Amino acid sequence: MAGVQVSNLSRSFGAHKALDDVSIDFADGGFYALLGPSGSGKTTLLRQIAGFDFPDFGRIAIGGESVERVPIEKRRIGMVFQNYALFPNMSVADNVAFGLSVRGEPKAVIAAEVQRALDLVQLGKLGSRRPHQLSGGQRQRVALARAIVTKPRVLLLDEPLGALDKALRVDMQIELKRIQREIGITTIFVTHDQEEALTMSDRIGILRDGRLVQEGPPEEIYDRPKSEFAATFLGDANIFRGDSTGNGIRLQDGTAIAAGAGAKLAAGAKASCAVRPERIRIATDTGTPNAPNANVLRGQVSKRIFAGNNSTYFVERAGQTLKVIVQNTGAERLAEGQDVVLRWSPESTVLIAAG
Amino acid sequence: MAGQVAIGSRSGLRSALPLLLPAYLWLTVAIFLPLSAMVFFSFMTELPLSGKAWSFTLDNYTAFLSQGLYPTLLLASLRLGLEVTLWCVVVGYPAAYVLAKVLKGRSREAIFLLVILPFWSNGLVRIFSWAMVLREGGILDTALNAVLPIKINIDLMYSYPAVIIGLVHSYVPYMVLTCYLTLQAIDGSLIEAGRSLGASRLQVLKRIVIPLSMPGLVAGAALIFVPVVGSFMEPRILGGRTGTFYGTVIEDQFVAVFNWPLGAALSFILLAVVLVILAVASPILRRAA
Repeated sequence: MAGVQVSNLSRSFGAHKALDDVSIDFADGGFYALLGPSGSGKTTLLRQIAGFDFPDFGRIAIGGESVERVPIEKRRIGMVFQNYALFPNMSVADNVAFGLSVRGEPKAVIAAEVQRALDLVQLGKLGSRRPHQLSGGQRQRVALARAIVTKPRVLLLDEPLGALDKALRVDMQIELKRIQREIGITTIFVTHDQEEALTMSDRIGILRDGRLVQEGPPEEIYDRPKSEFAATFLGDANIFRGDSTGNGIRLQDGTAIAAGAGAKLAAGAKASCAVRPERIRIATDTGTPNAPNANVLRGQVSKRIFAGNNSTYFVERAGQTLKVIVQNTGAERLAEGQDVVLRWSPESTVLIAAG
Repeated sequence: MAGQVAIGSRSGLRSALPLLLPAYLWLTVAIFLPLSAMVFFSFMTELPLSGKAWSFTLDNYTAFLSQGLYPTLLLASLRLGLEVTLWCVVVGYPAAYVLAKVLKGRSREAIFLLVILPFWSNGLVRIFSWAMVLREGGILDTALNAVLPIKINIDLMYSYPAVIIGLVHSYVPYMVLTCYLTLQAIDGSLIEAGRSLGASRLQVLKRIVIPLSMPGLVAGAALIFVPVVGSFMEPRILGGRTGTFYGTVIEDQFVAVFNWPLGAALSFILLAVVLVILAVASPILRRAA
């Protein structure tokens, strides 16, 4: 096992900068998600770490050893591909055995290790099957067993759950997390699914246009996004834009919004405030009195979407549509067209420098 | 349920008939009828066309066994087929790999065109241009002597290597095309997966790429081996006196000696031997794949 350090990594394909000065420290034994829209460079970064492609600039170290010029087969990594990439000409057991057998391990050792890996992914009895006889979830498990049986220093996963349906994906998320904890391997996981990144990883790095936008534990990124992009890409957010007042912003119509979190900005600078939809309370005019310091806005419900355990209200206010998510607690639901008051605390409001 | 399936498939056949008919009609007329005539001829003492009296006989077939020359020539032709097929693999497979896995876009199209270019030129012209290259004082001889400091004599004309060179040149595109098709179907991530598991390029080639492209190799080998065993044009022109093979003997019977019955019998013996070889080889090759 080993941590991975990526420093000042850059890679261009022609005029396109796929990676632009990216530095990330992947902690030993951690589960790290690289999150970003397609074309953000997350897969390019993973392929650099794997060794399928070499950087133009920068350094990659696995366990403290520089590897940016080391060929793939010498890097001792385990990789799970989006399409699983199982060898169709081999049985499940031979697929898993491949890494050990090219290394020239004795047959008895290989057989025992393969069985152990297949048991770990709960496919102990399917060793003699061919890949095409397996379901998507089973293939996924074989790919995982094949990647970890060689005891790699790092496990790299390229959107491994992308091809599975929703229910199976949730099962596999739990399973993958269990296996990762059990063997304690440093894991780097590429995904464009924010929910997957939030539920599985101890740290998330958000990439955009080849640059690292923000990185940290999921809670920190969700609660303290440092940019509008981070706020809206990981989860949902209402964004207000205006001029900084030092501890909040003033909107164009003069309304002040107080922010208790986020950047410290000089008064007068362009700035934004982000508020999560579930942090806003919605009520009719005659409702509770304002708490001291609370942000208060008036608006009108334009639409309500009922989703069982919660409802999303779309509230029109000064040409902006705000989103409010209310848990289904049995309280009276608000009708479309209703005038409402939105209230939320400054602590739920993150001040973001305009960018 | 079963009845429905049967009705379904019968109506499927009926609607497919107009599509199948032209091809099968053509095959019947162009291959089956002449071939039947040849089978008929191979059991005759004389060609009926010349007006001579004729009767049925097995002599044409027993001639193959009674004269040691024919089996010897057949063995030489089989060896020629094997060698040409092997050289086609050696030359064609790497080219197919580069075409399928390394080159992209324009450069792939250009190289591909070069591979199929021989198909667009006349076979006889191709062989005679090889004669220009291979003979003493020819293009190869002159070029090598212009470069090398020592004087050497290259005269490959009318030799076994010349026949091999000519045949490999004629047939290597088949190997490139069939291997290209199977190699292209191999997902690049399989190769990456192999490398990520610690396999060198050579190990990936041996354990993943070659087994997965085996169907293309087998198809290419069958497409090359069968016609090469019966070939006569390249051996005759490039081999000269050394170029006597089973195919040239058959050609002689038809063109020079006018012993069509013997030529036909020798042809069917060749067909039978080739079919037996393919039948024996195919399960072995399938298991290897």
